[in-house]
Amino acid sequence: MKKISMIVNDKQYDIEVDLKESLLEVLRDKLYFTGVKQGCSVGECGACTVLIDGEAVNSCIYLAVWADGKKITTIEGVSKNGELSNVQQAYIDEGAIQCGFCTPGLVLTTTALVESGKDYSDEEIKREISGHLCRCTGYQKIFNAVKKSLNK
Amino acid sequence: MSNKVIGSSVNRLDAVAKVTGKAKYADDFFERDMLIGKVLRSPYAHAIIKNIDISKAKALPGVEAVLTHNDLPKIQFATAGHPWSLDPSHRDVEDRLILTDKARFVGDSIAAVVAKDVLTAEKALKLIEIEYEVLPHVLEPEEAIKPGAPVIHSEKPDNIISSFGPEFGDVESDFNNAFHVFEGKYETSIVQHCQLENQTAFSYTDTDGRIVIVSSTQIPHIVRRIVGQALGISWGKIRVIKPYIGGGFGNKQDVIVEPLVVAMSLAVNGRPVRYALTREECFIGTRTRHAMKFEFKTAVSKEGKLIAVSINALSNNGAYASHGHSIIMSASSKFRPLYNFKSIKVTPKTVYTNLPTAGAMRAYGVPQIFFALESHLDDIALKLNLDPIEFRKQNLINVGHVDPLTKVKVRSFGILECIEKGKELIKWDEKKKNYEKQSGDKKKGIGMACFSYFSGTHPVSLELAGARIVMNQDGSIQLQVGATEIGQGSDTALAQMAADVLGISFDMVHVISCQDTDITPFDTGAYASRQTFVAGAAVKKAALEVRKKILTIASKKVGLNIDELDIIDANIIEKNLGSIVCSLEDVAMESYYDRINASPITSDTSVNIRTNAPAYGVTFAEVEVDMKTGKIEVLEIYNVHDSGVIINPKLAEGQVHGGVSMGLGYALSEQMLFDKETGKPLNNNLLDYKLQTILDTPKIGVSFVDTYDAGGSFGQKSLGENPTISPAPAIRNAVFNATGVAFNKIPMNPQAVFEKFKEVGLL
Ligand code: FES
Ligand code: FES
Repeated sequence: MKKISMIVNDKQYDIEVDLKESLLEVLRDKLYFTGVKQGCSVGECGACTVLIDGEAVNSCIYLAVWADGKKITTIEGVSKNGELSNVQQAYIDEGAIQCGFCTPGLVLTTTALVESGKDYSDEEIKREISGHLCRCTGYQKIFNAVKKSLNK
Repeated sequence: MSNKVIGSSVNRLDAVAKVTGKAKYADDFFERDMLIGKVLRSPYAHAIIKNIDISKAKALPGVEAVLTHNDLPKIQFATAGHPWSLDPSHRDVEDRLILTDKARFVGDSIAAVVAKDVLTAEKALKLIEIEYEVLPHVLEPEEAIKPGAPVIHSEKPDNIISSFGPEFGDVESDFNNAFHVFEGKYETSIVQHCQLENQTAFSYTDTDGRIVIVSSTQIPHIVRRIVGQALGISWGKIRVIKPYIGGGFGNKQDVIVEPLVVAMSLAVNGRPVRYALTREECFIGTRTRHAMKFEFKTAVSKEGKLIAVSINALSNNGAYASHGHSIIMSASSKFRPLYNFKSIKVTPKTVYTNLPTAGAMRAYGVPQIFFALESHLDDIALKLNLDPIEFRKQNLINVGHVDPLTKVKVRSFGILECIEKGKELIKWDEKKKNYEKQSGDKKKGIGMACFSYFSGTHPVSLELAGARIVMNQDGSIQLQVGATEIGQGSDTALAQMAADVLGISFDMVHVISCQDTDITPFDTGAYASRQTFVAGAAVKKAALEVRKKILTIASKKVGLNIDELDIIDANIIEKNLGSIVCSLEDVAMESYYDRINASPITSDTSVNIRTNAPAYGVTFAEVEVDMKTGKIEVLEIYNVHDSGVIINPKLAEGQVHGGVSMGLGYALSEQMLFDKETGKPLNNNLLDYKLQTILDTPKIGVSFVDTYDAGGSFGQKSLGENPTISPAPAIRNAVFNATGVAFNKIPMNPQAVFEKFKEVGLL
């Protein structure tokens, strides 16, 4: 066990974690951030994506001990003061959500793209999003939601 | 009825919950003291379990229970998510135990551990000692039905679950008199649903001594029944709760994890136990889509009219029956209300093999048969030198067609409009001409395919759906349905229907999305694209009852007959004058608080739908084939649907996108692979199993044609599964058009294409 200290959604957490535990397990099972979804637990689906110091990362293959001193954003931390972010609103308005299991991860990756301040071509958007699997939407409306988010 | 909300693209009801991470799925609930259940799976495709020693596993600290078949009731049960049949001859095959006493595929559940955490449970699994007698195994259905093949279930010594097939007309004489007879063989592979949420459930005994199951299921009421049957428990003692679900596509129309998780919890005196499958387990331990092999023989007249078709089919069912023969029976009936055959004979066999069990998957056998049929029609058209579209058009049935066997009547038939629209969208005529003469290593082609499908399961199965409405003091309502939202958007569509009937805005309808068998009306769940069709009728009936109660109260106020009144924008209106009588809220308040007449307005009702409404559609695809590498790229793809009245165009379009994407994977990349020698799965993970990513997916064009079906409560027909059916044959036909090579097996992945090119001498 090791004691780590990390900031999750602007709040500091000091907790003991097992050396083998993934960040996903700690966020879900210990801190109850259940918006972090688990679709494979081996880095194949993107459902568990969180932002670590602003960068989108698969939390299932990221050891919790590595998060020591880091700033984490989960889907629960995206809307501020009860207001949806532009990215969240774009996902809703574009109809990019069906079962919603891939949604938290995609919203976070999209948020990271928006916050990078860079411009992305359509191909680049697709490449950035390609680590996320979605079985429901055929990605059409997800792509539209990302574009809309970036154009705001 | 003002009909404003139906047909509008309102945002889905659960969008905010899902986009903020607040939506809770089955794994998102935590109970104090919860234990973890894990399963030991067979490493052999076929083996007798001679002895199991659990003593070491049991002794491991942190292990609370270890279970084998010896600890559970010896009850054989069936897992398929069908309504129970009072007629024993119509029941699913009861061929399995919760934990098996004989291994029938690599991954079969043999023993279970309940422990304090995952690591301890996994450690304990390794300590279970099993003595196996390994038996020869069989993976291919044609091998499994040969005399002397390994017998998988002693009840079926020939490994054939069923060989019943439909037939009408005089096939023999039609073939004898035929001008042309064409034959073709077609084959599909085993694929998997890959819904993003794996199967998971947890169970505990509540303070009243009743068993509670929270499950990622499409079919909560059926789960309750099957858990009761599998464990010999009174059904009323079981309560099943279905929270948000991360996709199903039929994978969760089967009762797989629930009987075992209940057994696990009961083994620890009702303490909460979670049994969550990993992705690797979900691939092999749940359900797959049946691989099928078809032999088509078709009689065609001199003028190019389809006369008769005879279809031999083999369906690879894997180790347990699950939905079994129902799948190929569905295929055999749902393709019929499209082309005008005088006689049809299907000779199917559904066969046990030592592979993971196949079950329900989006469109239930129908993508398989349409891959074969639509490929076959293009093959015939080429041989007859006919345009494939004209050939199809001259063979369509007419509206009013009644199937001689199912008696299903076609009341709306928009296929011609679908074809015309699709042709236009892809610029068929222009491209056809342009692609006639091509040189170089990359060749383009266009293709199309049609399909027919049903709305629900009538007349094969019971089609019951319940709805309940409670009106609040402000005139808003709670709508409760037994139909399950699993991502497809049914809650939203049903709310739109209720809003329209009641003349209230969409946001005045509060849908109770979670199903709880203690509380929700009875409904058999999400499958067969039945919910807008069947549950929609229940919602309409409930809303009409509420409407009548509202207008009855209002009519007393003005002394007018209720027929003279309407509800518009939550006001009671005098129809003739258009004037407001009172607000809906006034009526609702009276229903709660009038000292003499108070009686809150509710309805609680169900429908038993005894009709069907065939739905239709087409896919048009354009491909580019790299003749050197075998890579197929889909350049354009359009799906055009006749699904009757579209309740919510935005949601409907989303269903089509997802279905086409699944169809693209079916055509080009997806396939579960097994080692022939051992029966071991080779790609039961999301890295090696090639799902479509955003990079593989072209832009998907979607269109709907305007039809109204009198069988639908609002003119609607099915849509959820339909888009998955025709992409694969359309792409295959486009590749045929581009290369002249007939691919009769999917997926057409680069390796398969490359090998085929070599085989026909193109490489
Ligand atoms: S759960 Fe982390 S990538 Fe799938
Ligand atoms: S919405 Fe279901 S997986 Fe993406």
